[in-house]
Amino acid sequence: MFYREAGDIKTSYVDDGQTFPIRLDRQLYFSALIVAWGVIPFLVDDYWANAVLLPFLIYAIAAIGLNILVGYCGQVSLGTGGFMAVGAYAVYKLMTAMPEVNILIHVFLAGGITALVGVLFGLPSLRIKGFYLAVATLAAQFFLVWLFNRVPWFYNYSASGQITAPERTIFGVVVTGANSETWATYLVCLFFVTLAALIARNLTRGAIGRQWMAIRDMDIAAEIIGVNPLSAKLGAFAVSSFFIGVSGALFFAVYLGAVEVGEVFGINKSFLVLFMIIIGGLGSILGSFAGAAFLVLLPVLLKNVLVGGLNWPTDLAAHLEFMIVGALIVIFLVAEPHGIAQLWRLAKEKLRLWPFPH
Amino acid sequence: MKKTLFGTLIVGALTSATPAMAELVFPSLSYRTGPYAANGVAIADGYADYFTLLNERDGGIGGEKARVIECETAYNTEKGVECYESTKGSGALVYQPFSTGMTYQLIPKVTADGIPLHTMGYGRTSAKNGMVFRNVFNYPANYWDGASVAIKHLLAINSGDIKGKTVALVYHNSAYGKEPIRTLEELKKKHGYELLLLPVDHPGQEQKSQWLQIRRERPDYVLMWGWGIMNQVAIQEAVNIRYPMENFIGIWWSGSENDVLPAGDGANGYKSLTFHNLGDDFPLYDDIRKYVTDAGKAAGDGTHVGTVLYNRGLYAAMLAAEAAKTAQKIHGTGKITPMQMRDGMEALEMTEEKMTALGLPDFGPSFDVSCENHGGDGFAAVAQWNAGAKQWELITEYVQADQDVVNPLIDEDSTAFAKENNISPGCG
Repeated sequence: MFYREAGDIKTSYVDDGQTFPIRLDRQLYFSALIVAWGVIPFLVDDYWANAVLLPFLIYAIAAIGLNILVGYCGQVSLGTGGFMAVGAYAVYKLMTAMPEVNILIHVFLAGGITALVGVLFGLPSLRIKGFYLAVATLAAQFFLVWLFNRVPWFYNYSASGQITAPERTIFGVVVTGANSETWATYLVCLFFVTLAALIARNLTRGAIGRQWMAIRDMDIAAEIIGVNPLSAKLGAFAVSSFFIGVSGALFFAVYLGAVEVGEVFGINKSFLVLFMIIIGGLGSILGSFAGAAFLVLLPVLLKNVLVGGLNWPTDLAAHLEFMIVGALIVIFLVAEPHGIAQLWRLAKEKLRLWPFPH
Repeated sequence: MKKTLFGTLIVGALTSATPAMAELVFPSLSYRTGPYAANGVAIADGYADYFTLLNERDGGIGGEKARVIECETAYNTEKGVECYESTKGSGALVYQPFSTGMTYQLIPKVTADGIPLHTMGYGRTSAKNGMVFRNVFNYPANYWDGASVAIKHLLAINSGDIKGKTVALVYHNSAYGKEPIRTLEELKKKHGYELLLLPVDHPGQEQKSQWLQIRRERPDYVLMWGWGIMNQVAIQEAVNIRYPMENFIGIWWSGSENDVLPAGDGANGYKSLTFHNLGDDFPLYDDIRKYVTDAGKAAGDGTHVGTVLYNRGLYAAMLAAEAAKTAQKIHGTGKITPMQMRDGMEALEMTEEKMTALGLPDFGPSFDVSCENHGGDGFAAVAQWNAGAKQWELITEYVQADQDVVNPLIDEDSTAFAKENNISPGCG
């Protein structure tokens, strides 16, 4: 009744090829954008921004990046934590070396540097596949973390080996460091998330995305029909690492402010982002958001219900949180192996047929 | 309808309930889970039990009830940020995260929010310079003091000469473990020993190669900056290669019962630094038993009472409570604000009489805090593990760190910090 193509008449090729062909989808999308850009910045407080929204947005960027590589191009990667570290250290070195340049430019440059590193570590993908590639990228994870711990140049020879974000402003508003405005940090992250989602969505809909998917589905067949595996695979590594680098840069500069590479960008981070896209849905931009939301918001929600609401001991709550999140992951994957995005897809199919099931 | 109901439920649950603000709030960013839980539980118990005791026995601090809000961090900085944000609105008086990584995270945040931070024997050492770090305190001792006291101990047992000896440092490869390196290098210049650096990666279960190197190079002494499981593994490895335990000295975070018990009799003779007294032979512990553990009000199961880390948590709580009392006296009000608490911490005087009156005679060094000195006088003692009696025994007096070496380093580091962050040092 309300979720229909009927009556939504397209009169041009541009209209026909738009991202959301159904009117209700478009309305949902634009209202989400309006709420995120126009309403939340006025309501957001320190707790909501720092504990909920910033990690969600930043992990969403990382998940989009990894989803391009794993979900669209089929190259399994366990190096996400290491690549995020590259983004973080790149932005730190840029911020301290060129303080007069706008932080937004630094974040883009950090993404670019990460893309180069990603291509470098993506080279083995031309020869090896599947689990073997996963192990090769795992090497990137350990090597990069070791490198940033070992070479003092990366942390400007600070005694503790930590990197700390200096204060930087955009149009006179402080966005990094302790005195940053909450709404401003939120808007910076939202800006990059919106951009990442737009770019990723349109890349994956076009020729490049189709090449990636061809490689994913069967690389030999893709090669025969004229897809260049070199450019497709390395392109996927570059784009994916760019987004992951941006997320690492934001994670350090805007969200945490001080970072210790072994703790923050360890192997756990790689697994966390991989779980996000598996739970959210491989090969889906919406799935990246859903997975990030699931793994960032659910633990906070559970903690607040169990400790804040029911007054249970904190350690019991922490253990229960592990069990509940773990059980939900298993249940979700058993019920719908293609993730939350597939659930949404099925729901949409049902909606189109409703109220007539056949 | 159902959807909106669910939505409001989520929104309601995410914004954790903010309680009434009638009490003195002491948040406890504890870690009772994760790889450092074995240590975190005892500290959190000691911290909470002391405030419970004050509430039960004295009706609070200066007539105001103390309330401890626990928040589980699992020693993870991201969860720590979440905990900080969720508790700071409740009128939190002082933060004590018991994690150096989290301290680095919190220093800029507490400075911006005007809440004091007390990092007792950990954290950023140069915070001792209160003219730069207005809100951060690290009395009574810091890592550089610890490094210096350890070297002083080596000097003492070598009748003042350790030229040509090799000292190895086995350290947690993080901000925490790297802290003493600067000081040890300065002291190396002064005393002429060799320094061998052996980093161990988080969480520290894998140390075979480091101990193989120790076996090969045979350093005369091994110092350790470890935490959590790393301590147990290191001590076990040292036992395995038959390293003489009396030449193995840990920082105060590497000297609890948890660390030495798994190695059994082999750990006998292992040394560790401490800046407070050990055991439960103090009058206050009778009150703890009477009002807290026996009354069923203990934060944990009560088995940790009197262990090293329980004592440390209790000591941290005691210093916080004394600072709160000082603040109440200065400002003439029971309900102090975080900034008034800061004044109380800056004016804190710990004397032997005060500790005796509290039922903790000779529990820690006496020291005065001032704006110029947020870090106490750097006194620490050496304790040795007696595996037969299963207890730690103090084997030295409280020794003062080499202030000629430590203070210039603190000045240098804090000045650099002030410059980076555009802080003009001063007591204003």
